[in-house]
Amino acid sequence: MVPLNWYLMLSAVVFMIGVFGFLTRKNIIIMFMSVELMLNGVNISLIAFSHYLQDMRGQILVFFIITVAAAEAAIGLAIIIALFRNKSTAHVDEMNEMKG
Amino acid sequence: MNNYLLIPFLPLAAFLINILLGRNFLKEKAHWVSILAVAGSWVVAVMALVDTMAGKTINEDLYSWFVSGNFKVSVGFLIDQLTAVMLIVVTTCSMLIHIYSVGYMHGDKGFYRFFAYLSLFTFCMLMLVMANNFLQLYFGWEGVGLCSYFLIGYYFDKKSASDAGKKAFIVNRFGDFGFGLGIIMIFLTFGTVYYEPVFAQAGGFANHTVNFLGYDVHLMTLIALLLFCGSIGKSAQMPLHVWLPDAMEGPTPVSALIHAATMVTAGVFLVARCSPIFSLSETALMVVALTGAITSLFAATIGLVQNDIKRIIAYSTISQLGYMFLACGVGAYSAGVFHLYTHAFFKALLFLCAGSVMHAMAGELNLQKMGGLKKYMPVTYITMLLASLSIAGVPGFAGFFSKDEILWLAYSGPSPVGKLVWGIGTVVAFLTALYSFRLIFLTFHGKFRGTHEQEHHLHESPKVMTIPLILLCVGAIASGWVGIPHLLGGGAHFTEFMKPVLGHPEGHGTHSEEWMVMAVSVIAGFSGIGLAYFMYLKRADIPVRLAARFSAVHKILLNKYYVDEFYSFLIVRPAIWIAKNILIGITDAKIIEAIVNGIPKAIGGFSQVIRKVQTGFLQHYATIMATGILIIVAIMLLR
Amino acid sequence: MMEQVIMNKLGFPILSTLIFLPVAGAALLLLIPRAKESLAKWVGLLVSIAAFILSIPLFTNFDKSTHLMQFAERHEWIPAWNITYYLGLDGISVLFVLLSTLITILCVLISWNAIKTKVKEFYISILIMEGAMIGVFCSLDFMLFYLFWEAMLIPMYLLIGVWGGPNRIYAAVKFFLYTLVGSVLMLVGIIVLYFYAGRTFDILELMTKTYPYNMQFWLFWAFFAAFAVKVPMFPVHTWLPDAHTEAPTAGSVILAAVLIKMGAYGFLRFSLPLLPEASRAMTPVMLTLSVIAIIYGAVICLAQTDLKRLIAYSSVSHMGFVTLGIFALNLQGMEGGILQMINHGVVTGALFLSIGAIYDRTHTRQIADYGGVASVMPVYATAFMIFTLASIGLPATNGFIGEFLIILGGFTANQWAGVLAATGIIIGAGYMLWLYQRVFFMEVNPKVAGLNDIDAREIITLLPMVLLIFWIGIYPNTFLGFMHESVNHLLERVNSGSAHEMNIAKNIMEILK
Repeated sequence: MVPLNWYLMLSAVVFMIGVFGFLTRKNIIIMFMSVELMLNGVNISLIAFSHYLQDMRGQILVFFIITVAAAEAAIGLAIIIALFRNKSTAHVDEMNEMKG
Repeated sequence: MNNYLLIPFLPLAAFLINILLGRNFLKEKAHWVSILAVAGSWVVAVMALVDTMAGKTINEDLYSWFVSGNFKVSVGFLIDQLTAVMLIVVTTCSMLIHIYSVGYMHGDKGFYRFFAYLSLFTFCMLMLVMANNFLQLYFGWEGVGLCSYFLIGYYFDKKSASDAGKKAFIVNRFGDFGFGLGIIMIFLTFGTVYYEPVFAQAGGFANHTVNFLGYDVHLMTLIALLLFCGSIGKSAQMPLHVWLPDAMEGPTPVSALIHAATMVTAGVFLVARCSPIFSLSETALMVVALTGAITSLFAATIGLVQNDIKRIIAYSTISQLGYMFLACGVGAYSAGVFHLYTHAFFKALLFLCAGSVMHAMAGELNLQKMGGLKKYMPVTYITMLLASLSIAGVPGFAGFFSKDEILWLAYSGPSPVGKLVWGIGTVVAFLTALYSFRLIFLTFHGKFRGTHEQEHHLHESPKVMTIPLILLCVGAIASGWVGIPHLLGGGAHFTEFMKPVLGHPEGHGTHSEEWMVMAVSVIAGFSGIGLAYFMYLKRADIPVRLAARFSAVHKILLNKYYVDEFYSFLIVRPAIWIAKNILIGITDAKIIEAIVNGIPKAIGGFSQVIRKVQTGFLQHYATIMATGILIIVAIMLLR
Repeated sequence: MMEQVIMNKLGFPILSTLIFLPVAGAALLLLIPRAKESLAKWVGLLVSIAAFILSIPLFTNFDKSTHLMQFAERHEWIPAWNITYYLGLDGISVLFVLLSTLITILCVLISWNAIKTKVKEFYISILIMEGAMIGVFCSLDFMLFYLFWEAMLIPMYLLIGVWGGPNRIYAAVKFFLYTLVGSVLMLVGIIVLYFYAGRTFDILELMTKTYPYNMQFWLFWAFFAAFAVKVPMFPVHTWLPDAHTEAPTAGSVILAAVLIKMGAYGFLRFSLPLLPEASRAMTPVMLTLSVIAIIYGAVICLAQTDLKRLIAYSSVSHMGFVTLGIFALNLQGMEGGILQMINHGVVTGALFLSIGAIYDRTHTRQIADYGGVASVMPVYATAFMIFTLASIGLPATNGFIGEFLIILGGFTANQWAGVLAATGIIIGAGYMLWLYQRVFFMEVNPKVAGLNDIDAREIITLLPMVLLIFWIGIYPNTFLGFMHESVNHLLERVNSGSAHEMNIAKNIMEILK
């Protein structure tokens, strides 16, 4: 049996890949995918804990996260398409309309 | 009681009818309502006089005006000897002047408005004299002031008229300021503002002192002087006399009714009514006497050189009012009221005659443009001459008796300043005769000095105007006969009648002294008339040479001692300057607004600096967030 | 706490009706299509008249023999925080509810032709305003009070900001910020009270407790921030001239007649009974500020060139009289103060209504643009004269009764305060009569030549004010009668403020015996 630590490490690695992807990549689609990666990193640790503690609530939470992530993906992609139509680019450095 | 309610409320009803219906319905008939109302009041007032002569006095409340805790005040009426005399003076003068006005105001576009105001005035004046408490007195007091404001500014499209009305009201407010505080002091002292308990308890406070604004002062002196502030304003005594000459901007019947016969004497009435309080303070009495004496001298000297016929009479009024205060100040309240009563007739008559002259001269007021009018307007001439004889104190006329009584009581009374004010009074008697006959001679004698056009128009006034003149003339001659002194074989009925309210004035002197005082004042009067005759008819060049010789004095007199200019310089302009430049310019704009607008500005400036942090780049925010999380995690791990 | 109040026995919840009828009317207005906007003013008029008629039982059925809260209604609202929906009136507040319902009708009438844009929204604002104002005067729950207090801000902000003069945005924001800053401090005070008194917002219950002096001191100033701004007292008055000047006529009228009364009402309802020791200790400060306001406001009026600005500053002066009366802490002063609040509402409201009527014709507020109006518009001039006289406190008008009682009370409390306040009356006569002279007397200014006199609608608008002026002036007992019991009770509470300690002392004495 694989010990809990391994799962947690995997989770952390996946999460950190997501974080670095989000902070360094300039294409908005890839940043978006990095966000998904972070969510899945969290999911892994939730399931690992759920199994380890024999508590189903962790898995239930994961289902919620997957559902919400799906919804978020749909809306997020829609926003990205709208943005792309306006600016003809997916490069995030050209989007600073919200500057103060 | 119920009948007596008619006295004030008939004129009130007339006012309401005229003001509501006058413009559209009554129009040229508006005077009927007012005249009938005041005639009704007069009839009831005569009944009231008869009742009081029989010894019946009335003191009743009509309804509770307002109550707050232990402060209670009603609308109520007191009819005693003093009130009854005032009622007769007010309603008689008012009625005759109402009638006179029908002719004088004929064809004026505000005809109904004029009569409405006259009725309102009569109502307020009657409320004033009939009050049984100080607050209702104050109501009437302010009410007559308001009517005076309306009527002075009757020709409101003229700037000078509206200025004069406003000035009258505001100057009076200065006096009322003291009067109001006096009422408050009365309430705080006695716990009530009704005359009866106040006067009954006053003696018990004779030696009390009170702390007023940090000073320990004699209580009764304080109250008396505060009340006297009101009198100074209303009766145009120094230093608040400035409004009365300007008040001559109003129509002449108004000057006769309000600014000669009735309203301006309210101050004297107040002092007489409060005689139980004044008598307890020697200081207050002295102030009253000296104020009266100085004012009467001061106004008489101004009257000598004025050329405006109405202003001369106005200064004469101020001077005569000073006489009345002089009387009250030496403790001779009944003599003061007696003079008030005779003065009402001859002074109203003088004004109405002046109005008649103006009517003939198409509004001309300058004495120097008149002359020789006696052949054109005999009735006016004779009545005005008789009125002048009366004011000059020629024996037999009303003015003689009242003036003589004042001078005698000043001379013989216990007042420490009695001899001094007697001296001033005698000089004033001389001056009064001089300026009164200057007016007569310049107006009616000699040659006409106006334009031909004016001369062509000269005419006697219509009957509706001359009949009131004749009736008032009877009063100017005969009204004094009720107070013929014992010395001349009379019964001094007036003083006796007033005794229950005003007490008996003390005079200690021998008969020969009394004859001497009388002789001196008669000589003063006749020498005034003689000098006027000499200077203005025989040797008309003398006044011109005198004016040239003493040009500085003449200029000061002509400019009324520059009191108006002094007030304008000292009060009016500084107040507006402070408002404009300091309060609005500095306090509001530079201090308060600077703080109020400064704080948002400072916040805004700070925001301008920190907005730079918001770059708008998604990844900057994300980096900051990530860094923040790292720091938090680091803190948690290393703790 | 139920025994402290008299529940409503009228058969219908009168206070709730009065609050929510105008709000319902506003909702109804929303349904009116834009094309039929002229219908909006009729709905506004009918609703405001209905509210006024419904408020008449407050006048006729009020029990003057008790200081207890009457017409009370109480329902649970947010039990978790012990917030209740609790309404009631006593002798101090009842007249203001009546004044509010009356003023609203007049505001609708005077705006009849003046408002041409966004008509529907205008009347919605007015009606919501009415509901909120009545709510403020009725609330017996501090949270409910605060809710209405803040709710008032929004329609007023809109009235100034949307339908106001050229500089309206500045004035509206200034008004909003001033009042908001004050009320936030009050909210802090309310919350402190809430926790200290054991989690209750019930005002009557809060009044039964005593609070340590230190706490009272800080709470007093927190409340002061909210109430003094509203009054407005010197030196936080500068929003008022701007707001009055820029607001449309109806806005100025509501502002003058009701809104600024709430500050003084707040002092009476909260500061004095909740914080008696602090109120007593702060009396010298309050009297000084009042006297400064009286004289300062009056002197400034002498230099004003703008009609509405002049009346606005005169409000500062008159409200100085009100706070002077209230903090004289004696019966005459306080009754005079409350009566003067009504008087000022009537008189200044009427003056703004009148100015609105002529502004509709000339579209100028500069005094120099007028002159000789009395020759052109005699009826209008008469009405304005009556309001002027009431404003300067002539006997037989309402102003006299109030000012006299206040000066009497003020003088009793502090001689200097009474004397200095009385000088305000002299200056008052000065600026009002000078204003009247410049506008109505003298030669006819060509700019006003040929104006029509006021029409029937405007006469109907001004008539109730004229009647009230004389009613209060000639027979004020009708109105003073409402107050006696409540004011007495309040004074007992304030002046025996340390009754609690007195009782303890008494008990100790008993034991020692």
